[in-house]
Amino acid sequence: MRRIPPIGAPVSPGTRPLLTRPLVTGPLLCAALALSLSACGGDDGGASKGGAAAASLTGRGPITFVTGKDRSGYLQKQVDGWNTDHPKEQVRIIELPDEPNDQRQQMIQNATTRSDAYSVLNLDVVWTAEFAANRWLTPLPKDKVDLAKMLPATVTTGQYRGNLYAVPSTSDAGMLYYRKDLLGKAGVSAPPKTYAEMWSDCDKVKKLPEGKGVDCFFTEVNKTESITISAVEAIGSAGGSIVGADGKPTLNTPQAKQGLEFLVNAKKDGRLPKEAVTLDTEGGRRYFQSGKLLFQRQWPYQYALANSGDGSSKVAGKFAVAQLPGPNGPGVANLGGHNLAVSAFAKNKATSLDFIRYLTGEQSQRANLLATSQAPTLASLYDDPETAKKFPYLPVLKQAITNAKPRPVAVKYGDVTAAIQGEVYDAVTGKKTADQALADLQGALGPLTAQ
Amino acid sequence: MTTTYDGTPPAADTAAAGRPPRPRKRDVQGTKRLAALLLSPTLLVLALVIGYPVLAGFRESLYARGEGLDADGFVVQGERFVGLDNYTAIFHGDRGDAFWNAFGNTTFFTVTTVVLETLIGVSMALIMQRAFRGRALVRASILVPWAIPTAISGLLWRWIFQADGAANAVLRHQILWTADGFQAKLAVVIAEVWKTSPFIGLLVLAGLQMIPRDVYEAARVDGAGPLQQFWRITLPLVKPALLVAVLFRMLDVLRMFDLPAVLIGVNQKSVETLTMIAWFEASNLRYGSAAAYATILFLYIALIAYLFVKLLGADIIGEARQQTKRHHTKRHRRNRPVKGKRKKVTA
Repeated sequence: MRRIPPIGAPVSPGTRPLLTRPLVTGPLLCAALALSLSACGGDDGGASKGGAAAASLTGRGPITFVTGKDRSGYLQKQVDGWNTDHPKEQVRIIELPDEPNDQRQQMIQNATTRSDAYSVLNLDVVWTAEFAANRWLTPLPKDKVDLAKMLPATVTTGQYRGNLYAVPSTSDAGMLYYRKDLLGKAGVSAPPKTYAEMWSDCDKVKKLPEGKGVDCFFTEVNKTESITISAVEAIGSAGGSIVGADGKPTLNTPQAKQGLEFLVNAKKDGRLPKEAVTLDTEGGRRYFQSGKLLFQRQWPYQYALANSGDGSSKVAGKFAVAQLPGPNGPGVANLGGHNLAVSAFAKNKATSLDFIRYLTGEQSQRANLLATSQAPTLASLYDDPETAKKFPYLPVLKQAITNAKPRPVAVKYGDVTAAIQGEVYDAVTGKKTADQALADLQGALGPLTAQ
Repeated sequence: MTTTYDGTPPAADTAAAGRPPRPRKRDVQGTKRLAALLLSPTLLVLALVIGYPVLAGFRESLYARGEGLDADGFVVQGERFVGLDNYTAIFHGDRGDAFWNAFGNTTFFTVTTVVLETLIGVSMALIMQRAFRGRALVRASILVPWAIPTAISGLLWRWIFQADGAANAVLRHQILWTADGFQAKLAVVIAEVWKTSPFIGLLVLAGLQMIPRDVYEAARVDGAGPLQQFWRITLPLVKPALLVAVLFRMLDVLRMFDLPAVLIGVNQKSVETLTMIAWFEASNLRYGSAAAYATILFLYIALIAYLFVKLLGADIIGEARQQTKRHHTKRHRRNRPVKGKRKKVTA
């Protein structure tokens, strides 16, 4: 998933319409919450068989494909392609809300009621652990999916404890967008590879008449999932990690400190403008497109939009992309994207697996890339002359994905990311020192990842 | 609850009215039985839609589920009775801080927004009540904010409050409204007051229109000025409607969720309310803990409502109580209480 939605979820827990009446409010609120809660958790009794029994992928027939809102409108065409070839195994698209958190909620609700309404799930890369650990997904046979052709970093996001639960269908990674026109005028020929180079490039551009009012650098630090991503990238670039390979938090390392201090100092020195804490992904895009920004960490989707000649972007044709910089050399990007999984409670799992193979196959991924510019997971598509011509950033993106680090893998990911968001935000806004924030985060993540 | 009071007395009335005052014990008992029978569908529905969920929610709050992973990394299934652990956990350590922060926010929003809304709402009602040209237009336009869905108005205000938005352009000063901090609280208060003042205005207007003209005429004859008229006539006579409006608003704000969630975002210390914590717990699969938060919020709301009714005498229950009293003292003035009741309900 790449666009962390701009706005906090407008999710009222299903209570709103009931609550316009007077004294009933109290009981009803409780009632409505309680109702949804008991409905969610009502019948977990016989869940133990989920994991083992699900291993058999049998049954053919109609299935559903559950995904977030399809902005491109292209998905239906792909599904139509499948449906004409498989008249007895029709696929119906179920579109969930645009907001990732809402999608997750609905999928969880479907799973906790053990409903077979959802067959193939389009999961954000960070949900795999939670869904797999709760036995909501069917383990997939590794030999039935052509994983070898996919970028290894994307394949790991579909795994939990060595088993495959989801097949990567789209990927995503952060890149450094930079104004090549301004750098050229300042006499800088290549994009910066290190933070120090980036800052000195900023200073050079600031001295130009065109550089007036142009801010130096932007990465998202508003208190949402975005700040977790910025922290993973900053700490990863310094050689550290938030949660180590053994699943334990590793924030007491000098690398973690160096990474976080990059964000803290960038904000303190004004390299990262102070309104950055209010800007979301789309806000960042507007900012870059307004021409007031020299360097920006952003997802690939901005490339086409910022290059569009319809007047919405003042920087069309004036920018290029590169690897994110790091303290001593190229930095590390964070991995986004989506994986396809089969619900543990679905019927017709054999059809579901075939459909996943269809959507993640070379033909579908190429068509999807050309139509929607969503980054593929197949390595070969990045080196393809046709796609490379249409999307000049693909070589950079491939390298970014290859080196990318995932966000912490945790069953309680929601709690983990909330803790990261809180502490990193406090450090960036100067409410806490970097040391204090890291110590607090280390303490908070301990119990959350202990299981 | 209102439904109960709506339901009970009229049914009792009709049952009693059906039988002229014949003080025969058997009949009274038969009447009671009939009343109970006639009421049973209502009670059944209430038990199903209110009683059961409240109890189920409370039961849920005594259990924990999904704790720990087994050797293969799967979440251990099943639920475990934990007694009041979910409740005590709320008040300890970091979660305690988060709870009191949210409790403070909820209370802060309640006090500030309700006070401001009352002031603005009453002035709106006074304006809307005047007879002047274009009154219909003013009335309609004052109601526009109330008609906009909260999530949409949250988005609109988010737009206004963004760093390069209209609010900062008007103030000629850059305030980062939507960043976590005290200014975020202000942003929520402003948006909430904008949205819900019309509600108080509308209810107070209804109250104002019930005041008979001749009272004012009499006051004028007695030489009362406009200010005196307001304090001595308008305010006391509109008080019942006003108190009901304020009570509604208080109960509404105490469970505020959507506006801060859309305008500022979830997990923001400065605007996190109790419902938002309950939501966060539930969305991270801790249903027991979420139910515990919801129960605490329920008790808090019930307490506030009780105190409000007790201290200020908002007579939502009062009139009903008086009626039952009248019945007990066997002063058979059946028609009037019923009428009074109807008026209450429509108001």
